[in-house]
Order: sequence, then C-alpha cells, then structure tokens
Amino acid sequence: MNADLTRRDFFSALGCGVVILCAAESADAQESGRRSRNDARPQSISAWLHIGDDGTVTACTGKAEVGQNIRTSLAQAVAEELRVPLASIKLLMADTDLTPYDMGTFGSRTTPTMAPEIRKAAAAAREALVDIAASKWTVDRKTVRVADGKVSAAGHFAGFGELMRGQQLVQIIDPQVALTPAADWKIAGQSVPKVDGRDFVTGKHQYTHDLKRPRMLYGKVLRPPAFEAKLVSFDDAAAKQMPGVTTVRQGDFVAVAAPDSESAQRAVEALKAEWKTETQPSEGELFAYFKANARPGEDRQSGGSIDQGMAQAHQKLSQSYTVAYIAHVPLETRVAVAEWSRENKLTVWTGTQRPFGVRADLATEFGIHEENVRVIVSDTGSAYGGKHTSEYAIEAARLAKAAGQPVKVSWTRQEEFTWAYLRPAGVIEIASGVRQDGVITAWDFHNYNSGPSGMQITYDIPNRRIVFHPSKSPLRQGSYRGLAATANHFARETHIDELAHALNIDPLEFRLKNLKDERQRAVLVAAANRFGWGKQKAAAGHGYGISMGFEKGGYVATCAEVSVEGGRPKIVRVVEAFECGAVVNPDHLSNQIEGAIVMAIGGALFEQVHFENGKILNPMLSRYRVPRFGDVPVIETVLVDRKDLPSAGAGETPIVGLAPAVGNAMFQATGIRQRSLPFSS
Amino acid sequence: MPSITELDVNGITQRVNASSERSLLSVLRDDLDLTGTKYGCGEGQCGACTVLLDGEPVRSCITPVSKAAGKRITTIEGLEQEGSLDPLQEAFLEVGAFQCGYCTPGMIMSGTSLLRRNPKPTAAEIAHAMQGNICRCGTYPRIVAAVRMAAQRRPS
Ligand code: FES
Ligand code: FES
Repeated sequence: MNADLTRRDFFSALGCGVVILCAAESADAQESGRRSRNDARPQSISAWLHIGDDGTVTACTGKAEVGQNIRTSLAQAVAEELRVPLASIKLLMADTDLTPYDMGTFGSRTTPTMAPEIRKAAAAAREALVDIAASKWTVDRKTVRVADGKVSAAGHFAGFGELMRGQQLVQIIDPQVALTPAADWKIAGQSVPKVDGRDFVTGKHQYTHDLKRPRMLYGKVLRPPAFEAKLVSFDDAAAKQMPGVTTVRQGDFVAVAAPDSESAQRAVEALKAEWKTETQPSEGELFAYFKANARPGEDRQSGGSIDQGMAQAHQKLSQSYTVAYIAHVPLETRVAVAEWSRENKLTVWTGTQRPFGVRADLATEFGIHEENVRVIVSDTGSAYGGKHTSEYAIEAARLAKAAGQPVKVSWTRQEEFTWAYLRPAGVIEIASGVRQDGVITAWDFHNYNSGPSGMQITYDIPNRRIVFHPSKSPLRQGSYRGLAATANHFARETHIDELAHALNIDPLEFRLKNLKDERQRAVLVAAANRFGWGKQKAAAGHGYGISMGFEKGGYVATCAEVSVEGGRPKIVRVVEAFECGAVVNPDHLSNQIEGAIVMAIGGALFEQVHFENGKILNPMLSRYRVPRFGDVPVIETVLVDRKDLPSAGAGETPIVGLAPAVGNAMFQATGIRQRSLPFSS
Repeated sequence: MPSITELDVNGITQRVNASSERSLLSVLRDDLDLTGTKYGCGEGQCGACTVLLDGEPVRSCITPVSKAAGKRITTIEGLEQEGSLDPLQEAFLEVGAFQCGYCTPGMIMSGTSLLRRNPKPTAAEIAHAMQGNICRCGTYPRIVAAVRMAAQRRPS
C-alpha cells in the first residue's frame, strides 16, 4: 500500500488527526475476490476511522444502510472501543469515492465481518490516543485513561481534539489489537435508538427518491409487453416534438427524459413501438418445467448410504413440496439519479446493496474507468436482497448522457413487480426412513431451482443425501432475504412433522430425539418453553406447530398457534427463539426478528407472483397482497445471548421458521397437510 | 388546462402552477420540495403518501391537486411545532417503530388523524384504522405500541 498517497488523500479531505486503517484480511474482502485495476485507492483496506483535531470521530465503511440499522450498530461498536458517547460518531457509508471497497451489503455479513473490523479500528485509535498523550505529557502509558470522550493521566486532562491538534498520523491496525470482551460491553450490547431517528419521523431524511439536482429531468423507460421481447419498429417523432423531451434508443432499450414526471409519462405514451414476443412457460407448468430442465445436482453435506438407511427403516415417507415466486416489494422502489460532469465523470445516486458492483457495471456500460464513476447510496427504503443489480442506474445514466442534464429514473410499483427479480420458485422432494422408536435412519433431499441455502441439517442423521439441482427459470430470479433457506426449512420441517405424526410422537420430542447439536437444542427448548409447548391442548379449530433450523450462523426455533375458520388460517401467536452469538443491540435484534416474522407471513399465507407467457399478471399491490396490520399475531421473541460466541448477522435467518410452524399448526387444526407455499395457492 | 395556483400547506400559502389533474403527491414532492410524503405504489394501496386535508387522511397519490385547493393540507413536515416534535413522532422514536423508515411519514399521518378522531384507541382499533398503511419491514407491532403510547400521553 502506498502510505503517502493515503496520507495525502485522507488529510486533504479531513484535516489533521489520526487515521486508523483496517487491512482487509477479513472473509468479506477475500470473498470479493476482485479489485478493480484502475482504482487509485489502496485496495487492501476494508474500513477506516479518523479522529479529527476538532474531536470528531468518523468511521467509514462501504456497507449500505437499508433499514437493518447497521448505521447504529456499527456506531455502537466504535463508541464502545473509543469510550465516547454514541452521538459524537459520524458514520460515512456506501460512497464509492469516499469509502473503502466493499463487496456488498448482503448475506448477513455486516455484523460478523464489518463490525469486528470497525471495532478493531476504534480500539487501535484508542491506543494511539494513549500513545500521543503519554509522549506529550511524558507519563507512563499505563497511567493514561480514556473515558467519556476524554483522555487523562495524573494531573493531565484533554479532549480528543486537543490531543490531535497538529498531528497527522496514519496507522494500519494490528489485527491482534485487544478488543473489549462482550461481557464488558457498556454501549454495544445495549438497546439504543436509531442514531438519526429524528430525521425519519420528521420526513427530513433524504432517500434517493427525494433527491433533486439542478436542471434535473425525469426519465421514463418504455417497457416491452412481455419478457424477452424484441423491438421491431420504433418511431419517436411525436415524443420529440414535446418541449424539453429527449428520447433514447439503444437496442431494445427505449426511454425518454422530460422536465417533469407528467411530461415524461406523456412522452413515453407518445412513442410508437412494435415488439416481437416469444411463447414462454406459464405458471401451470412451472414445477414440471423445473424438473425437466434440471442440471446435475450439487451435493451438500451428504454422508453414509441412503440404501442402508432405508433398509433399517420401519416406515418410509416420500413427499414433494413447492414454493412460488415472490417479490421483495421494498416500499421505496428502485431509483437512480445520474449526472455527468463536463469532464465525463459520472455520479449516480441510487438505493443499492452493491455500490461498488453498480460502479463496475456503469464503468463497463459506458467504457470508462471506475475512478470516473461515483456511486452514492443514501440510507435506503429497504431492500431485502432485492437491490443488487444495476439496471436502473444504467437507465438513468444513459438518459443523462443523451440529455446532457441530470436525470432521475424512479420505478413505479408496477415496474418494480415486473422488471426487478424475484425469489426463486422451486420443487423440493424428500424421501426419508425412520425406525419405530423415532430415530431417523435416512434423509434424501432434493431441491430443484429454489437454491441450496439452508439445506444442511442439524439433525443427527448418518445416512443422508442433500442435493441442489439448478434449473432454468422462466422468470428472472435472484437474491432475497433468507433466499432458499425459507423453502428448504419449510420442506424439511414439514416433512419432520409428517414423520412425527406418522409415528405418533410429539413433534418437539421427535426433534430432540434426533438432535445432538447443543445450540440448536437450546433455542428449540427456549422457544417451546416460552410458548408453553405440551402444556395444554389447542382449542377447537386451533392448532400448534413447531419448527427449527440453522442458517448463516444463527439458530432459530419457532412455535405458532393458528386458528382456521372456513378454510382461512389466522396466525394467533408466534414465539421465536433466536441465537446468533453475542447480542449487539437487543432492541434492534428483536425488531429484525419481529420484522422477519411479519414478512414471512406473506410468503407463507398469500404472496405469489402470477404469470403467463412472459407477463406478470398481478404487478400491483391491489393484486399482490403483503402482510398488513390485521395479519399480525402476538409475537414474542426470545433472544438467546451467547456472549462467549462471536456475533452473527440477524437480518435473514429469523424469516425461515414461520412457514413450517404455521403449516404444521394448520395440520393440527384441520388434518390437512400444507405442502405448497403460499398456503392459499 | 385549468391550473391550480395556490395551496395552503402546513399553514403557509404556497404559490404553484400545476395543472389540476396532477396528483397532489407530485406537486408536493416535485414542485414544493416537500419530500417527506412518499411514493410507494401510486394506486392508493400502501399509505406512504398519506397527508391530511382539513384533518382528514387522504392518499395524495390518487388525489388530484384540484381537490386540495382551498383546503388545509398537512404533511409530515407540518407536525413539528417550533422545534418540538408531535407526541406521536416522539413515541415512534421512543418505541423504535421503524427500520428503513420509508413508511414512517405515512404511518404518522394516519396515526395522527386516528388520534384526532379517537383519542384512546385500542390495539384492535389502531390495526383496523391503519390497515391501509403498509410497512414492508414489518414493524406493525411497534407502530401500534407507538400510537398507544402517544394516546396515553395526551391530556384527556
Ligand atoms: S403511494 Fe399513495 S397509497 Fe401508495
Ligand atoms: S420501516 Fe421500512 S417500510 Fe416500514
């Protein structure tokens, strides 16, 4: 790394002070694999922290805030190590010109990888302050104390800013720097409110949707009538007549920009275009299509012999389970504002989980160096895995280039449902064998298309085959909160329930019988105890269900009570226990778990994207039902805090337990087994 | 096209020049830079765009600006009085009734109008009255708690 360059960069931007750099030794940086060649900044930095000569603490990360409250939890980590009040910390996030490279904000990686980096930087900064104070006051560094944003030693006392005056120190942290153990946390580990919460309740926070640049135009894309449609003829004469309207055609991409959104709408309606469409698979044939187009499977966690396991079984069961495509429906739709400078430098403001990925895509699209592209992400109106791709940034940038003015492209809800990507649908087939005493002897699990995450079992089954079969998807699919773990948990935990009922063993007892993993057992028992499992019989028309699982470092167990009236399920009560190591902010963790449970209700009971021959049939909220106030049960969360274990992320795994727990409860209430998500399908 | 030239927003008379069929939402956001009111669906289904017209909640995305002319329009920006938050805003902060916060302005406007009609709503009444507001982050239980907290603190 070129330390001089770094020094110049940081201090010209930030003034004097101390900068602590985190060398990217983390899994996060390794996974990213690739660094752009033409990025001037050192590539081995994952995060940095600066203390200015006015005492301001700035921590910097390429992660984006999309509602998971990492702006707060990361600030808590810094405050903890630096012994300063939370309010004195500024977090600079997700700006490709100012923050270090980051692969993206997804996969529940911020807490396990970024938080420790930032925490180390803060700890190293604290040690640097101690060194500066010790040499300035010529005292033994052991006598120097850092507390409440002040540094002191016998007879001496100074604020951070005072100590920093005239200093220009760049230091790369020693990865072995001593961290405050979780058991001693004073700020981290506490429930503190969202750091900039006031801006959200007053409407002041500026989402990308709310940005306006001088001379900004409003862009609108002409969407084809079906997926994969090809443009055969095009006439923009009428649109071009309209005042201030620019039109762009590039292959099958056609769009307009106009001085206000209504004129943009009128201009796009004035375009004449003819499209050629191809016949495409429809909903009714989907599951057969997945199986017909399956490619050779990828084995996960297989072991022993299925044949032997089946030979030992007294009972065997084969069942298949399905999940529908569902949409993310972030309340802030996809949006980007693009602006080209006279020097042909592109700046794009956009809500994305992958600012550096979007920068790379824009550079490729326009054939310019990445250093000439800046992507800035303001705290975003949620994503849930849905904001990984770059198309809306590219749309805005193409229009801005053609118009020679900044352009905003904000997708409508309908575009969002149609032109984004979906959580994969899939088919899961399970064959199992079990002994009369309740020991599972064979587990043969095959997922077609929906994905491999969360397929692994914590059950102790020696003979198992667990395979993911990729396939072709008629609809565009991609990342999603929890991704396939929801489908795989649904299938597995429903199947386990079916086995328990076949043997007439209580579903909790059946699970415990086949389970050695201590952490899994602990959350299962915690949820069951809080729920009062086995204490009483469900009322008529009501049923109880249970499920459990493990994904992305977190263990989860869920109990649900459901009532079914006239075939319609109503979730009455949900208890979910969750363990993800040491808890960083209990209140925000509960908030994430509750939110995941509520979101899971939609996928379990009614969310489903309908489609036919390359068209989405229900691309609006009036025809795609998401959970609302009236759908929400009593929710109780049990946080199993393991201060002795590193913290794992929590944005995703809590979503996986609800569907099987509810389906199993519906079976108890009605005797009808639910094997397809959503249950209304 | 007839156009609207004046709107009373948060107690201030604002000059505009908007054709009468435009949505109130786009005039507030694009012309008056009052971006606290959000677009979520444009079909009256999510409540992110909720504002009050003479105290009554409306979906500004499907309300033509002509309907708002001559009425008192209250947006999220109008709740704070001389630097102090409305009790419901305070309660949202205290309870942590949001994650991404995108639904929050609409939730607070719907909650405000509910509390004016029914100063002491039960949890069921809150859920019923706010059924038209979507929080995709799923913070509904906390929103209910925040509305109840604000109700309790109101002098009755
Ligand atoms: S934007 Fe108006 S109700 Fe959704
Ligand atoms: S807090 Fe994100 S939509 Fe409600």
